[in-house]
Amino acid sequence: MSENVISIEAKNLTKVYLRGNEKIPAVNDISLRINKSDFISIIGPSGSGKTTLVNLLGCLDNPTSGELSLGGRSIFNEGKRLSERELTKIRREIFGYIFQSFYLIPTLTVMENVMLPLTFYRKPGTENEAAELLKLLGMDHRKDHLPGQISGGEMQRVAIARAMVNKPEILLADEPTGNLDTKRSAEIVQVLQELNRNVGLTIIMVTHNQDLARHADLMYEMRDGQIRQID
Amino acid sequence: MITTFQVAYKNLLRKKMRSFLTLVGIALSAWVLVSLLGFNNGYETALSKDIDNMGFQLMMMAKGCPYEAATMMLKGGTGLKYMKESIVNDVAKEPEVEKTTPILMAAVFDPNKGESGGVAAYFGIEPKSFSQMKTFLKFRQGGWFTNENAYEAVMGYEAAELEQREVGDKILIPEKNIEFKVVGILARTGTQDDGTIFVPLRTAQKVFNRPDEITTLGIKVKKGVDSTSLEDKLYKLPDVQIVSLAEVKQTIMKLISTAKVMVLSIAIIAILIAMVGVINTILMSVHERFQEIGILKTIGAMPWDIFKLIWIETLTLCAIGGVLGVGLALILSKVTGLLIRYVLPYAPIGGLVLIDLKLVVVTIAVILCIGLLSGLYPAWKAGRVRPLEAIRSDIG
Repeated sequence: MSENVISIEAKNLTKVYLRGNEKIPAVNDISLRINKSDFISIIGPSGSGKTTLVNLLGCLDNPTSGELSLGGRSIFNEGKRLSERELTKIRREIFGYIFQSFYLIPTLTVMENVMLPLTFYRKPGTENEAAELLKLLGMDHRKDHLPGQISGGEMQRVAIARAMVNKPEILLADEPTGNLDTKRSAEIVQVLQELNRNVGLTIIMVTHNQDLARHADLMYEMRDGQIRQID
Repeated sequence: MITTFQVAYKNLLRKKMRSFLTLVGIALSAWVLVSLLGFNNGYETALSKDIDNMGFQLMMMAKGCPYEAATMMLKGGTGLKYMKESIVNDVAKEPEVEKTTPILMAAVFDPNKGESGGVAAYFGIEPKSFSQMKTFLKFRQGGWFTNENAYEAVMGYEAAELEQREVGDKILIPEKNIEFKVVGILARTGTQDDGTIFVPLRTAQKVFNRPDEITTLGIKVKKGVDSTSLEDKLYKLPDVQIVSLAEVKQTIMKLISTAKVMVLSIAIIAILIAMVGVINTILMSVHERFQEIGILKTIGAMPWDIFKLIWIETLTLCAIGGVLGVGLALILSKVTGLLIRYVLPYAPIGGLVLIDLKLVVVTIAVILCIGLLSGLYPAWKAGRVRPLEAIRSDIG
């Protein structure tokens, strides 16, 4: 699906955590290029650094060193750290996130949950986005239900719609099927695939599950802070 | 589009019982605050009304004599001192004096009153001058005495209720074994006169063996005249004391000021407790939603958005609680008044708790300020949640 327009480019990206006096390189000198409309998956055992990498790529954290640019715009480079405020500004322009837990607000309806990001920030042209997304994700018949009244798979669909409502360029999915059974997991990955194909959304998915990871266009494996592409 | 207010309101509905209990705490403190401030307000107003309704500004009496019925009753009718009625002429000569009215107070023990007997207050008066001073006196039944030597009585509203008397009935003065005919019953005035039995001054002097004597002389000062110079002149008369009702009011207000300080301290403590309760509730809710707040930040919320959300939650609780508490205070102001009356040594007649619009606005404003303050720390803490930490705590 790649159109060869660079979406994310990381150069020598490193994140070192300090545990006492010990330095732990969770992400160790990774260079990676993700093109617009790519659907990539990252697999790897626990502690391999895949979540740390996705957090860096998704501007949820500052790297220790290295560079990151989004759509050609330099975000991090040597010595430049961004404040939480600056990171938020970048995040809400570019990214949508889904996680293992759905974190829907239990007292808001499905529709209200999807519209929640617009309360804080609204990109132009998103007026009917929530309704259209719910339709696209097959959830429009549940729009007035509360999260407690729908299934786990449906909740993750709502979380996807919520992540998509401000028309992000890149969707980061960190273990999006971690709380779902095999059937629901396959359905969610299929939804992501459709968004990738139909909307041209760039997707980075982290998962434990190799079978699901294979649905992506490109598959990477992380081990000890290093990444490699696998066939 | 869903607003921050809607989100905040719906957040409060998550733990209904907790929100409700916090609300009750705020409402109770608002109730205490508005009632106690209302008491501060009402007591002074009621006392002023009580004193204004005496109809005169100065009272003259023999040195050491209690100067009003309540004190006389408290002393069980003893301790009355008398002065010569001729003093009326001395006083009336003064240019500042507009009117005077002589009164002979007497207290009679009535063994049939109440369970173990009680003291009934009799006032010997001259109806003409007395009613000119107390223009608010109205008759429910009948009228004043037929002549100044008649064995007739006019009963205050409550006295008549208590004794179950109508016009035409007789009342007996137990110790003296003398009967009076009831010729009039006064309408309710809300003053001490309600509990008094009025008889003609001359008759009273005869019955109580006090010929040409009185206990009290009510003095009305001419309008616009400074009563202090008159007081100074009257003090020169032998063996009398002058009581200025303005001074009486001040004395009582001074006595009550200690109670006021206590009352305000209680109100402040109640508010502090409510404040701690609010902070605790909101902090708990922020703590429980730690991950969710992190997620809100990943979906575009700035620290200020989160701060605002939590602050609005706190304010909503305080606003609803404040309005409920004030409503409760308005509904229960009579009950609160009765409670306060029960614990106070002296309370004027009339509503003790006076809650007006200004007080309502002030109380709600205070509660909202409390809300703003209480919400600051939890809101600041929530605003500082970093999405990464929230997500990490999810991954475990």
